[in-house]
Amino acid sequence: MLRRQLVQAMGLTAIALALPLGAYADEGTFKIGLILPMTGQQASTGRQVEAGVRLYMAQHGDTVAGKKVELIVKDDTGLPDVAKRIAQELVVNDKVDVLAGFGLTPIALAVAPIATQSKTPAITMAAATSSITEASPYMLRSSFTLPQVSVAMGDWAPKNGIKSVVTLVADYGPGNDAEKFFSERFELNGGKVIDKLRVPLRNPDFAPFLQKVRDEKPDALFVFVPSGAGAAVMKQFLERGMDKAGIKLIATGDVTDDDQLNDMGDGALGVVTTHHYSAAHPSAMNKKFVADFQAANKNMRPNFMAVGGYDGTRVIYEALKTTKGQGGGPALLAAMKGQTFESPRGPVLIDAQTRDITQDIYLRKVEKKDGQLYNIEFDVIKGVKDPGKTKQ
Amino acid sequence: MLTILFDGIAYGMLLFVLAVGLAVTLGLMNFINLAHGAFAMAGGYLTVFAMQKLGIPFLLCLPLAFIVVGAVGALLERTLYRPMYAKPHLDQVLFSIGLAFMAVAAVDFFVGSSQQNIQLPEWLRGRTEIGDGALMLGMGHYRLFIIAICALLTVVLQLILSKTSFGARLRAAVDDPRVAAGLGINVNVVFLLTFAVGSGLAGLGGALGAEILGLDPTFPLKYMIYFLIVVSVGGTSSITGPLLAALLLGIADVAGKYFIPKMGAFTVYLLMILILMWRPQGLFTRKGGR
Amino acid sequence: MMDFQSTLLAKARWRPWEFVVWLAAFALPLLWPSRALMVNEIAIVALFAMSLDLILGYTGIVSLGHAAFFGFGAYVAALFAKLVMPDPTVGLVVAIVLSGLLGAVASVTILRGTDLTRLMVTLGTALLLLELANKLDWLTGGADGLQGVTMGPVLGFFDFDLYGRVAAWYSLAVMLLLFLFMRRLVHSPFGATLKAVRDNRLRAMAIGIPVMSRLSVIYTVAAAIAGAAGALLAQTTGFASLDVLAFDRSADLVVMLVIGGVGWLYGGIVGAIIFKVLQDTLSTVTPQYWMFWIGLILVLLMLIGRDRLFKPWTWFGGAGKAVKP
Repeated sequence: MLRRQLVQAMGLTAIALALPLGAYADEGTFKIGLILPMTGQQASTGRQVEAGVRLYMAQHGDTVAGKKVELIVKDDTGLPDVAKRIAQELVVNDKVDVLAGFGLTPIALAVAPIATQSKTPAITMAAATSSITEASPYMLRSSFTLPQVSVAMGDWAPKNGIKSVVTLVADYGPGNDAEKFFSERFELNGGKVIDKLRVPLRNPDFAPFLQKVRDEKPDALFVFVPSGAGAAVMKQFLERGMDKAGIKLIATGDVTDDDQLNDMGDGALGVVTTHHYSAAHPSAMNKKFVADFQAANKNMRPNFMAVGGYDGTRVIYEALKTTKGQGGGPALLAAMKGQTFESPRGPVLIDAQTRDITQDIYLRKVEKKDGQLYNIEFDVIKGVKDPGKTKQ
Repeated sequence: MLTILFDGIAYGMLLFVLAVGLAVTLGLMNFINLAHGAFAMAGGYLTVFAMQKLGIPFLLCLPLAFIVVGAVGALLERTLYRPMYAKPHLDQVLFSIGLAFMAVAAVDFFVGSSQQNIQLPEWLRGRTEIGDGALMLGMGHYRLFIIAICALLTVVLQLILSKTSFGARLRAAVDDPRVAAGLGINVNVVFLLTFAVGSGLAGLGGALGAEILGLDPTFPLKYMIYFLIVVSVGGTSSITGPLLAALLLGIADVAGKYFIPKMGAFTVYLLMILILMWRPQGLFTRKGGR
Repeated sequence: MMDFQSTLLAKARWRPWEFVVWLAAFALPLLWPSRALMVNEIAIVALFAMSLDLILGYTGIVSLGHAAFFGFGAYVAALFAKLVMPDPTVGLVVAIVLSGLLGAVASVTILRGTDLTRLMVTLGTALLLLELANKLDWLTGGADGLQGVTMGPVLGFFDFDLYGRVAAWYSLAVMLLLFLFMRRLVHSPFGATLKAVRDNRLRAMAIGIPVMSRLSVIYTVAAAIAGAAGALLAQTTGFASLDVLAFDRSADLVVMLVIGGVGWLYGGIVGAIIFKVLQDTLSTVTPQYWMFWIGLILVLLMLIGRDRLFKPWTWFGGAGKAVKP
């Protein structure tokens, strides 16, 4: 009897103790709510984005237009309903001025209604499906979209001796985007897509799929998998002797993610990819970015996720400078739209109509530089708008 | 076609090596050890560490993984697992899940959550192709290697079980521990050695499988279901049961993904449920075994 | 003989502290609006935990796949709101009925076999449903989740607000209703037969209890309630994605029950509260590594022995242990 009551009392006390008295709105603070996957399969994304954000804040100070900028980082564990709750709590309890992060498409989509309802600008720094910015008029993007990079490859491949292709993508939003836009552009340019394969997002085993590709003997294999799975694909590709059978590997840059590229070994040499950022991009700004990033993060190489975080923070800072903290969410949003600036990746524009990002897409080849593997850019397509929107 | 069969066999044999320890532990101690995958992961990470930081060649890492993980297993058995034998199954399951969680988080903390890559020695990276067209048999050398090693292990295990006195004692203890103890067999030592060998084999499997199955901190949770399928379908009273079950699972999984990629892992789970409903004690159990 | 009857009846009576607890629960969203979302989540998970307790604690069925019904209920509710009618209560009822049907079908699989077999089969069912949801992405949205679910107001009046208070009260109300139902169930003669089945199936069969039918019925009921919890989640978050079916959900649930105490309805509630609060506080402190602490807690808990921790009844020495025939 007594024990039961004791337990109940303990339970209620636990609740009471665990209720942090909600942060009171401080007139002099500007809060950024960063929602990222810090645990789980996407944890490396979370790490890179957070590091990118913090680097920008370290380089430019944490006081803007007289207000102190405070960063609140929350782990959504990769679950959309947790992310939604966290977003709600950040807006309602911590009264953040901006939401940012979103490592996966479903998370961005889950947070979108919160942004709309509370009139809080939200910046997608990692997720890459085209439809995200349409989910809310307060949603902007500083990462990239799969259609952007896939279309670029669909243009390049036919001009370089590749006439038939099998596509292999991870079965989710960005993957489907990649497959659709690459195939359409490739076939428009006279190529033929022999087969379209989709791999499950969780626990993918590439062996049987790659065997199928091998049996279908295309000129090239076009791959999109989320960053982190690239190494496994590469390994299987080499193990099946695909390169010896004359099948080239073309992909979006997620496969040769800077985070993992160096560990892939020499088998990755010569792979051609399209993407919006390479750590080897030869601009002064990027060299500084990479150097500072490595200094602050135990020699970890920044990847496109980190750049997304970095640039997203730039958008926030500049918007805050413009509004000087007045006007709330709508004013901040207006100041974010239409920003154009130089990023470590190249020139960048946040489109005022679609709130999506327009940027240069590079063609890169994996080469060895200073004993390490890098994506070396050899061609560029300037000012690519997200094709997913220009269609409509 | 033949290549798929080959791949399936390689995958199946790998699963067998990984799961055989679990099968024997379950059959012997009636202990559902869901942390078995953690031992495999340990073997994998040990190999990566040894190769990258200490420069130990791959072939040497394999027995190293076996011995070190086996030793860890023996230690854990003596200290943590033994008090749990008498507890109800639910407690054992939760205990081992707890251990698995701790292992996953610890590895994530120390090494990070990205996929680990192993650089195989050159002679294992090749590929031999025989025949042409639909009947082509493409054999990756690494998979050949795996099949060879696992086949060898299976033979050795079977020999130990059937020809040695330790094997006889083990079989006795599996059939009925109380009577075995009554006959003077030191059941505790048998348990300890068996658990150690089982974990060691898991570690070896992890080292071998790192190349094919991938290696990251979530490995124990991802592949636990496969080990459990092998054990529950194969039964726990012999070596050949899990072997056949593992081969069946490996081939079904690979073939399923090749021929009906839309179905993916679906076929495996459906198959398992149907098999277990038809024969709840496992497909290959011999009568009288538990 | 009379002693047993009065003991059983005494257990079924409402205690004063229970009223206090329920009143406090309903008052929470009012007094602490900033934590209303948390209250909502805890209510949903507590309901889910209690449904598992019905089969695990009261009947001794070890299930690692209860999330199958939770997830199924979530998707049903979400699809219902999106395609048929956005009214939450109607959607809830539909989800309950359909989850119950699924449970009835699935109960066929758990009738035979050992604990391990049941573990595997329940796990397999959940994984199967997960794969199915993944593959039928034209219906479920696949890995991206089901978007565009806008819920109508509860009972036609209460719109779901940003604070989450309406959501919290809605979930608490549903939880209370189903709790009352479950309470009635477990303290009835039916409930007594369940405990008999749990403790010694052979003996129960010997005295004429229809074990197979009992198992099927309770599994169906538990599935229906789990479906209700899932529906609540989908309705209060306006969203359903693949992780409602993931192994993590089932595993976390078992942990919650063990922490709170198996075989006791409030155990599900207590376990849910403690687990969720722990998760929230630990993940703020060490976002990456709360899994480690949960694992450690589990290991220690198991080693010390659940019985010796806060187990409310002392006359059961090791509830949940099925004595094998």
